Amino acid sequence: MSRIGRLLAIVITAATVALIVVGTIWPVPSAVAMAGSGATLLRPSSSPQAAVENLAAEIGQQAWEKAYSSLANKSEFTELEFARDLTGTYPSLRTYATLDSFDLRPLHASADEAQVQLKLRWSTVVGAFLDTRTLRVVRTGDRWGVLWPIVKEPRVPPQVIPVNYLRWDVIYRGPEDDWGSQDVEAPHVRIVDMHPVDRSAGVVIMGELLNEDVVPAFVTVKATLLAKNGSAIATEDSFDKISHILLPKQVTPFLIRFQNVALSEVDSVHMEPSASLIAASADPVIEIEDQHFNPAPGAALSGKLVNQSGQVVSVAHVLGTFYDKSGQLVWVADQYVDRALLPQTPVSFAMSIPADIASKVSSERAITTAYSSGRFQ
Amino acid sequence: MRSRFTFLLGALVITAMPLALAQTGSLHLPGTVEAGSAFSIQSTGNGNAVLYIVGLGQVVKRKVQLGQTVSFAPGDLRSAGHYLAVLVGDSSTENGAFDVTAAHQPGALSFLAKPSRLAVDLHDGISGVVYVFDAFQNLVLATTQVSFQLSGVAGATQTRTALTHNGVAWTKMDSAAKEGSVQFVARVGDAASTRVMQLVPGNPCHLRMSARPSGQRLAVETEPVRDCNGNALPDGTIVTFTERYKGGESTVDVPLKRGVARTDMPAYGGAKISVATGVFVGNEIRWGGER
Repeated sequence: MSRIGRLLAIVITAATVALIVVGTIWPVPSAVAMAGSGATLLRPSSSPQAAVENLAAEIGQQAWEKAYSSLANKSEFTELEFARDLTGTYPSLRTYATLDSFDLRPLHASADEAQVQLKLRWSTVVGAFLDTRTLRVVRTGDRWGVLWPIVKEPRVPPQVIPVNYLRWDVIYRGPEDDWGSQDVEAPHVRIVDMHPVDRSAGVVIMGELLNEDVVPAFVTVKATLLAKNGSAIATEDSFDKISHILLPKQVTPFLIRFQNVALSEVDSVHMEPSASLIAASADPVIEIEDQHFNPAPGAALSGKLVNQSGQVVSVAHVLGTFYDKSGQLVWVADQYVDRALLPQTPVSFAMSIPADIASKVSSERAITTAYSSGRFQ
Repeated sequence: MRSRFTFLLGALVITAMPLALAQTGSLHLPGTVEAGSAFSIQSTGNGNAVLYIVGLGQVVKRKVQLGQTVSFAPGDLRSAGHYLAVLVGDSSTENGAFDVTAAHQPGALSFLAKPSRLAVDLHDGISGVVYVFDAFQNLVLATTQVSFQLSGVAGATQTRTALTHNGVAWTKMDSAAKEGSVQFVARVGDAASTRVMQLVPGNPCHLRMSARPSGQRLAVETEPVRDCNGNALPDGTIVTFTERYKGGESTVDVPLKRGVARTDMPAYGGAKISVATGVFVGNEIRWGGER
């Protein structure tokens, strides 16, 4: 090994040791939460910020008992209600989420009371969601305690809700059948709209897919960008930016992202929609109420989901399709709802739209896909 | 000296020839044999030998007395193809070849009918392909006439005929205007094969809805949704109701149930309510009542 190489190895080793020591002695608060050993590293709640940091760290560790006992208003609700506020009463995205990080921002402070905004960033299998709470923090002696703004999930009263929507099941041909005998036909789907756009991060292909059959379909859309010489530049699929289950005559938007590709490099696009039969149910029916398009800054489509069926929906996925004045598709956005949808109980959603796109939007259309604990749709 | 040696060699060959013929033989093979039929092979010479008939996936072995006819019973050779006959004597071997062809009488059909489900009233929407086989599952290469028949729902029965090319015949048919199951039959002589196809309603052609107050909300309901041939769209078909009011919008995707879609929506005075299914848009109504 050369002298320079030895020197470099020594420097890297020394820097690593130094960073470990720094990280152990002065840990970042949100990192403490993730480390799982925060109890020994928490500061005394001698300031509003410290009280909120400690609470957030305990939430991150799911130490509900400690977090609950530190609250200044724990007489207003039980520990179970506190935990359910954060993890959900019914199985939902919150139930399986872990706290990725948190931020706090002091809003106002006096000698005995302060207001702090706490942003909890939860990570889930479908991406992160943000839970923002504005907390009042009050002084009790030499300690500060958080007044937790409890959000009690509504409870559905015991009842029987008859549901008699159609359900489709599929029986395929068996291995003993003659090779010439028929199998069930795959659903017929069609791309009814497709529009590529150049974005700073790459090319985005948006479109809409129609199930023109009378049976439900599990759909995906794959796109291949082709160069002028016919060679493939890249192939991607819509992943979760699509409603994969399409009931008869249902239309879903889709969005496919190609990172680090410029539209000027693309000569043509080869689209491959695929559909296969799937057992599905026409239940639950979800109404999207009070949709409002809020222009930039902070452009977003907001609304409320109302589950019109009797089944509790664990995860709802809202897809928004945005059109300009001429009716041309300009953007597709989506949003997962982190709380379960209870029958006839509105749950809010808001999906953000890029500011430059928002100015072009003239109309929009939203659809939902529902996943219930233990089954599709 | 040279002429004396040639004479001696010739005499030796002439003397030895009957002895050689006594130990080997030759075969008189048929040019072609129809699969499953009886046939015979004539051998010459004398003595004992073994006859092997080697074909695709089949070997027949017979002990033969040279000079006699070797008979094969019906069904001994079933698979069409090129066969090799090898006669192995005590000291020599004779080879020959012949072909086994498919029987002229069709025995079975393989019928590919596509698709198994399609919309009504489609021109050339149904395709049928038939492979004609004999009783031993050999593809019948001789030109054969195949008749196709589509029947089952209201409307005239469609019939087509086609000749096979290299054992295959195909046709295209129109789907009927009325939904339901149809039988697609291919027939060659006594051999027939049937496939059942499902004709389903086409794109919606008639979509109208109405609205009425329902407590604090609005009950919207479609009339039975039909295609252009009057077939009712099946239950489960998604109908989208959209209500646009000042500053907002509500949407709900409702599946057809018993032919109609119905749901409740917020009641806003002056709201415009529209209905659509797939890419087909129905009527629009304006709700005049106040909330």
